[in-house]
Amino acid sequence: MRALVLSAGFAALAISVGASGAKPVTFEMPEEAVPAELADEAGEPVVVACSTCHSLEYITTQPRGKGAQFWRDAVAKMVNVYKAPLEPADADAVAEVLAKRFG
Amino acid sequence: MFDRRMFLAGAGVAAFGGPALAAEREVTLPFGNGARPLVRMPQKREMILLTTRPPQLETPFSVFNEGLLTPNDAFFVRYHLSGLPTVIDPSAFRLKVGGHVAKPLELSLASLKRDFPVSEIVAVNQCSGNSRGFVQPRVGGGQLGNGAMGNARWRGVALKHLLEKAGLREGARQVTFNGLDNPPLDGIPDFVKALDLDHALDGEVMVAFQMNGADLPFLNGYPLRLIVPGHYGTYWVKHLDEINVVDAQYDGYWMKTAYRIPDNDCNCVEPGQKPDKTKPIGRFNVRSFVTSHVDGARVNAASVTELRGIAFAGGDPVKRVMVSADEGRAWQEARLGDDLGRYSFREWRLGVTLAAGKHAVKVRAETASGDVQPLTALWQPAGYMHNPVEAIMVEAV
Repeated sequence: MRALVLSAGFAALAISVGASGAKPVTFEMPEEAVPAELADEAGEPVVVACSTCHSLEYITTQPRGKGAQFWRDAVAKMVNVYKAPLEPADADAVAEVLAKRFG
Repeated sequence: MFDRRMFLAGAGVAAFGGPALAAEREVTLPFGNGARPLVRMPQKREMILLTTRPPQLETPFSVFNEGLLTPNDAFFVRYHLSGLPTVIDPSAFRLKVGGHVAKPLELSLASLKRDFPVSEIVAVNQCSGNSRGFVQPRVGGGQLGNGAMGNARWRGVALKHLLEKAGLREGARQVTFNGLDNPPLDGIPDFVKALDLDHALDGEVMVAFQMNGADLPFLNGYPLRLIVPGHYGTYWVKHLDEINVVDAQYDGYWMKTAYRIPDNDCNCVEPGQKPDKTKPIGRFNVRSFVTSHVDGARVNAASVTELRGIAFAGGDPVKRVMVSADEGRAWQEARLGDDLGRYSFREWRLGVTLAAGKHAVKVRAETASGDVQPLTALWQPAGYMHNPVEAIMVEAV
């Protein structure tokens, strides 16, 4: 199950919009939680590498049981297409954790 | 490299980022690994969270039974790149129209609204991967239920007026669209989409500044987004600030590599296979849903059950909606509701009297030119264009 951050209340409106529409509109990315499935020491390489560009639900919401190759392909796409700055050994380590946890 | 601040927010749970999301409840979409928190993001009611950064929110399906127009605060949200703008000043904002034109434009919002004809169109926006979670065998990507779609009344300026003002130069072939959202790292291809020139000039493609009578919510593209009626949401560029006319086929990543579909009659392949040839995704195929009842609903066996729902397609008007309450053996034609235009949701209604017991209620829409929903789903590697006949189980007691 997903781990959720308990918040003290509703998000303070992170967007401010003037009634006339003439004031600057600001946006602040909401707070993120590290999902329980990755919130341990073994999950750390995944958290560090993947959180650089996106929150971790991108990983945890994927279908399960797709096998290790699914995760190797996903990591390869992140490195080759989206230029994730990972050394090959680090990419392999991330793919291995993902396959073990979510394969 | 990993420079976001991290802090502990509970037993073994680290969190980072800005304002907390109020996630107190959860829903489970009806496919494997479908548990999702319900959260509130700014200007949004409680919605189904797919991802936090960048934000991706799905509309709870019950919203589609509230009316034909999807409220702004319930309209789905989909981004690709997490470099969202942090501040947009509407008085300083400029929309640039340039490239292969005679006279490049830099338009303020005031000028856009004042100096060009303003029009409205009701149109569905639907994510290419809407319903991907139901694709079998499962495929990677955003695991959405059926809520990555919405119907709104868009108000803005037809793109053709902007292109005519800028003046197309000889040899113009395509028009590209870029918004203020950016890649989080250098090297990630910026999200830029392209339309052929004749499409861009069709008078329907619009630069919208309002939806449903209000400014666009930030997460739906404030202050401007491209409206491409009948076409998948990938083309509906948000925070639109750059329109560029090019004299060649645009070959950026998000056109040449991503959002491609099998280039064959069914836009499908055998599950697990790869298509020989692909093309950019285009118009919606036809879909329909029951909105009045959820799967597992109980109804009264002694009286008429009023079924209601929606149907839509990519510009080929919905001609009829057929409903079956017996596993698809017999079909009855539903009554169609108000026609808000060929790009809008169309309401359908049908009263049925059900004998005591469980009944599979199926709904199937057909367009004027004869496109009809497949009884079983077709398959694409990326899980796009899922549109089989939907079924819900209803128990009459």
